[in-house]
Amino acid sequence: MVKLDAKIPDGPLARKWDNYKANQKLVNPANKRKLDIIVVGTGLAGASAAASFGEMGFNVKVFTIQDSPRRAHSIAAQGGINAAKNYPNDGDSVYRLFYDTVKGGDYRAREANVYRLAQVSNNIIDQCVAQGVPFAREYGGLLDNRSFGGAQVSRTFYAKGQTGQQLLLGAYQALMRQVHAGSVKLYTRNEMVEIVIVDGKARGIISRNLVTGKLERHFGHAVVLATGGYGNTFFLSTNAMGSNGSAAWKAYKKGAMFANPCFAQIHPTCIPVHGKFQSKLTLMSESLRNDGRIWVPKKKEDAEAIRAGKLKPTEIAEEDRDYYLERRYPAFGNLVPRDVASRAAKERCDAGYGVGPTGLAVYLDFQSAIDRLGRDAIEARYGNLFQMYEKIVDDNPYETPMMIYPAIHYTMGGIWVDYELQTTVPGLFCAGEANFSDHGANRLGASALMQGLADGYFVLPYTIQNYLADDISTPRMTTEEREFEDAEKSAKDRLDKIMSINGKRSVDSIHKELGLVMWDFVGMARNKEGLQQAIEKIQAIKKEFWTNVRIPGSAEDMNAELEKAGRLADFIEIGELMARDALHREESCGGHFREEYQTEDGEALRQDDKFTYTACWQYKGEDQEPELHREDLTFEVVKLVQRNYK
Amino acid sequence: METTINIKLKVWRQAGPKAKGRFETYELNNISTDSSFLEMLDILNEQLINEGKEPVAFDHDCREGICGMCSLYINGRPHGPDDDVTTCQLHMRKFKDGETITVEPWRSAGFPIIKDLIVDRTAFDKIIAAGGYISVSTGGVPDANAIPIPKEDADEAMDAASCIGCGACVAACKNGSAMLFVSAKVSQLALLPQGRVEAARRAKNMVAKMDELGFGNCTNTGACEVECPKGISLANIARLNREFLKAGIQD
Repeated sequence: MVKLDAKIPDGPLARKWDNYKANQKLVNPANKRKLDIIVVGTGLAGASAAASFGEMGFNVKVFTIQDSPRRAHSIAAQGGINAAKNYPNDGDSVYRLFYDTVKGGDYRAREANVYRLAQVSNNIIDQCVAQGVPFAREYGGLLDNRSFGGAQVSRTFYAKGQTGQQLLLGAYQALMRQVHAGSVKLYTRNEMVEIVIVDGKARGIISRNLVTGKLERHFGHAVVLATGGYGNTFFLSTNAMGSNGSAAWKAYKKGAMFANPCFAQIHPTCIPVHGKFQSKLTLMSESLRNDGRIWVPKKKEDAEAIRAGKLKPTEIAEEDRDYYLERRYPAFGNLVPRDVASRAAKERCDAGYGVGPTGLAVYLDFQSAIDRLGRDAIEARYGNLFQMYEKIVDDNPYETPMMIYPAIHYTMGGIWVDYELQTTVPGLFCAGEANFSDHGANRLGASALMQGLADGYFVLPYTIQNYLADDISTPRMTTEEREFEDAEKSAKDRLDKIMSINGKRSVDSIHKELGLVMWDFVGMARNKEGLQQAIEKIQAIKKEFWTNVRIPGSAEDMNAELEKAGRLADFIEIGELMARDALHREESCGGHFREEYQTEDGEALRQDDKFTYTACWQYKGEDQEPELHREDLTFEVVKLVQRNYK
Repeated sequence: METTINIKLKVWRQAGPKAKGRFETYELNNISTDSSFLEMLDILNEQLINEGKEPVAFDHDCREGICGMCSLYINGRPHGPDDDVTTCQLHMRKFKDGETITVEPWRSAGFPIIKDLIVDRTAFDKIIAAGGYISVSTGGVPDANAIPIPKEDADEAMDAASCIGCGACVAACKNGSAMLFVSAKVSQLALLPQGRVEAARRAKNMVAKMDELGFGNCTNTGACEVECPKGISLANIARLNREFLKAGIQD
């Protein structure tokens, strides 16, 4: 049995991070120059980590599958970033942000990590402002805040509806400054396909140049994965088309544990599915729930008439509307956390009150906000989101309510890391959405940006030194070593194998099949029987892929189908692990809702006596069942109670 | 209730950077007008794969108009016939039944073709690396509210910062100039007190890099502003010119 040591520092919660920093090992400037760090991924976590390492004096190699680091999917985050600044003087504090995050995550996150996250949140805002991030401001010239789900304070900083874009560009620019200075070497259109382990430690990667198809070897004294989540397992999600779980999956197969894979977030406010050729789902920011009110018709006949196109939402009288979030959760209203809002939408639609042509949609209505604040005020706040909605749906949301439905958005699960963000493979670190660390079973809005930048700017620059301090005498490897050769061969064999299948089906057609199984059985509501079926179905899809996929072109060329195939092969296996994890976790918590475990009024029912732990899965070989390890969660400060947003 | 159309596509195919390119014609039937343009290309590629042919290579990622990865010259316009959108947000309802649609890559000296519709835009990264930032390192910065910034300036900086780096401005420009892209970053940072300190140096270094990379001169045709999916204003170019002039005087 592998011992999972989270390496939580001693001392009271509020002192742990200070204690860690006071006692950790450091690397002096002359030695930093001798050490190489590989960073895979250039989203908020990867770009901020790589830029910071470069500034500190390390030699950094950074890899992205896109043509530029600025394309990473962090760019698409809309609403904002949380911090405990308490600028609005509404009762916020580091402790409050910590508490809200632990509670929002349904008590399945590690206290010490979350507390550190809340502590460094304020530094992030300072850093971003210094970089020139144009956050929204009040007329007095100071920073403006808004509210997000799961909080009763306004702690979210924002830049219009493009906060992720602005934060990523800040980190990207810091990164390019280091590229210019020569401390960071940038590899674009370059995908990590294998991790190289030498004497039990991560010492490099094999990457594929996506333009030439050539495999390349890269050495690093340490490797950081910041490659995002695996939401695209569902095919349709709010993730970018290229977002994938493959780097994390390679790490898993090299001995890193995969933690809580079944914790996936379903975001309540996305534009509903329109047809079978749909390629992705578009998110409408949670910030809209500040001013938008969610409702469905109170009468079934009205809902039916709307679905048949005989009635318009604006024709439904106020008293015939069911503002079901305000009804069920008066204290938080439309700003309940995402998992709660998603389930409530599903409940109404399943009961026959859904709207839109498919009946799988609810209204997000701005009429009362427009009446209260005027159209201009709403346009200033959400103009770009309204425009995006209109371009996609061909409907004007200033005049008729938006239609929304839940969709896969984010994965809380990911590679297991200790307090230092190190995986169970020494020298292999994991940051941002790719790790599991801070959000428990449900992430609160505006906390993904916070975690990505916390990991990259303010956590890894400390903790990686503690690891590298023991490596100052380790010389650079030439990459001629057998371990590099073997890793390259295994990557090449896999590509050749995929190319040689020469079957009849496109990658996407198989991916869509996987997505439907995931959505139907491993989606918003799960049960034992369904999950068992899902595992069988996913295994059949795996067989179909490895016998019937067709990849045109060659592996020695730019080949988008081959890239997608490699990622889909991993998604299929990730999907199976998600189903296994969901099956084993016989409780409901956060985004994981098991129908067998709910209260009388349909709320998630945790089983704290049995499942107050992080489920960590260890790879045991091809077609072998993975082994479950547990990291027990101990709560020294927060008292476990049923989440209540009423 | 779904409306569908039949279309003919003329698509630029080019096997590699040095290969000779040509237009290929494809016919697509029963395309839902609710599909996005890129979903239509997905359907084309599915069809090509099923016929055992190589699919059309095109850049795309977020498909919600923010990553800047998608490009495409559609019927002679960067990002196609709709206004204020990227190609991924363009929908088939903007096209007529029976229409022939011409799809080409960005064509500009600064953006060499890699394959089919994919071009190399690393020149933009190089321009940013030359000075498109504020030279602060992680840590040791003042409190975020230490320096008040007039809301008008912050809002104007935000508008300039909306640039997604797609390159439509360069593709639209008959001179292949990158002035709108460069000026958006110079303006954003020059408008903020934090970025003011290096404003002159930044303008000079970014413009020098742009010239070095083979982008053309700006002759104020305004085509860039018209085609910019994010509505980046020409006023930014005027501001860049002022900053550049100031840098010259300081030398």
